[in-house]
Amino acid sequence: MGSFVETVWLVVRKDLLIEFRSREILYTTLFFAVSCVLVFAFGFVREGRAVEDAAAGSLWIAIAFSGTLALGRAFERERQSETLRALMMAPIDRPALYVGKLVGVLLLLAAVEAIVVPLVALMFQAPLLSHPFLMLGLLASGTIGFAAVGTLFAAMLVRARSRDVLLPVLLYPITIPVIIAGVRGTAVLLQAEVDVPMARAWLSMLVFFDVVFVTLALWTFEPVMTE
Amino acid sequence: MDFTSLTFHDVSRTFGRRRALHRVTLECAAGEIVALLGPNGAGKSTLLSITATLLAPSSGTVRYGAYSAEAGGAALRGRIGLLGHDLYLYPELSAEENLTFFARVYRLPAVATRVEAALAHAGLEHRRHDPVVGFSRGMRQRLAVERALLHEPRLVLLDEPFTGLDDAATAALGRRLGGLREAGCIVLVTTHDLETIDGLIDRAVMLHNGRLEAIAPGRGSLRERYRSVVGRQAHDG
Repeated sequence: MGSFVETVWLVVRKDLLIEFRSREILYTTLFFAVSCVLVFAFGFVREGRAVEDAAAGSLWIAIAFSGTLALGRAFERERQSETLRALMMAPIDRPALYVGKLVGVLLLLAAVEAIVVPLVALMFQAPLLSHPFLMLGLLASGTIGFAAVGTLFAAMLVRARSRDVLLPVLLYPITIPVIIAGVRGTAVLLQAEVDVPMARAWLSMLVFFDVVFVTLALWTFEPVMTE
Repeated sequence: MDFTSLTFHDVSRTFGRRRALHRVTLECAAGEIVALLGPNGAGKSTLLSITATLLAPSSGTVRYGAYSAEAGGAALRGRIGLLGHDLYLYPELSAEENLTFFARVYRLPAVATRVEAALAHAGLEHRRHDPVVGFSRGMRQRLAVERALLHEPRLVLLDEPFTGLDDAATAALGRRLGGLREAGCIVLVTTHDLETIDGLIDRAVMLHNGRLEAIAPGRGSLRERYRSVVGRQAHDG
C-alpha cells in the first residue's frame, strides 16, 4: 500500500512540475471554461435574470468540456516521447499510474472550478455557495466520476490516430449519468426553496457512480494498456 | 528475481490480418550481445515490445529463465531496461529530474549516487539542470541510454541506440555495451548501423517478413554477411 501511494505521489508531483513550468493545460482549460460560461451567460441571462436551471447546466457543461480538453492534453504529454511505455515498464502497480494521472487531472480541474464556480455565481446571479458543503460534495464527486472514466479512455486512446475525436465520442455517453446528476443536484441547490434531501440524493448517486467507475477503471487499466 | 537466459519459442504476433512475427525461436544467454537486424517493417520493434512485456505474443512463449512475463510480473519488469526509438524522457524536465524521477519510480537505493553516475556516463554533468527540450538529439540519446540502464537491468533492449551520436559518443556507447557484457547482461540490440556494431556483438540474427534467420559467423564484415542473407531470401522469394 505504501509503494502504491508513493507511486501515485511521484506521478502527481511530476505532472504538476511539468504543468507548473508550461502552464499549458491550466491556461487552455481555464480559457475554454470561462469562454463557455460567458457565452452561456449572454444566451441565458436577460435583464439580470437567468433562465431556470441555466446556471447549473452551464457550470457542468463548462466542467465537462474543459475536462475533456485537460484529459487529452495530459496524455498527449505521455505520448510525445512515449514516456507512458517507460512507466508501464517500471516495476510498479500499474493501477497506481492510473490513480496518479487521475489525481493530476482532478487537481487541474479543481483549479479551473475555483475560477468557474464564482464566475457562474456572478454571471447568473446564482447562490452557488448558499450550501457550500453540499455544493463542494457535488463538484468533487461529479468531477471524480467524469475524470475517472476520462482518464481510463484517454490512456487507452493514447496511441490511436483519431484520439481527439474518439475521446469525447466514447466519454460523453458513459458519463452522461454523472453530468445529469451533477446538473440536477446543483439545480436543486439553486431553487428558491432549496430541497436539501433531494440534493443529498443526487450526491449519493454521484458517490455511487464514483465507486463503480473508479473500481472498473482500476480493474481494467492494466489489461487494456498492455494490449 | 533474476534470470540468466532469454528464450523465444515459436513466437508469432499478428495485428488484424497482418503478420508481424512468424514462429520466432531464439535463445540468448547472460553476457551475450545479440544484434537483431532487418529491413524497416521486418518486426524488430514488435519483437522488442514482446520481450519488454508490453505486448503479448499471439502464440508461442517467451521465457526469462524460469519465468514467463505473467509469472514474473512487476519484479520481472524491474529487471528489464528498454531504450526505445522514442526516448522516454520528459522534455520539460531537466536531465537530473528525469533520471531522479525514474530512479524513484524504480525504487532504487542511493538515488543521488546513481543519478550522478548516470550523468557522468552520459557526459551531461554540466547540463544537469537544463530542460531536455533544449538538448541536441545526441545528448538526448545519451541521456536515454543512461535512463534505460539506471536500474542495472539483467535484460537490456536497445532500439537503434547509436541514433544521433557523434564519434566520441558512439565509442563510449560501444565501451558501455562491453561493460554490460562483462556484468552478465543479456543485450538485444536493433540497428541499421552495421559497421558500428561489427565487433561489438557476439552474434547477429535477422528478421525478414517476421521470420528469424541466423547470420552465420564467418569471413567478411557483418554488412557483407547480412547482404548475403538478404540476397538469399530475395532469391528464395
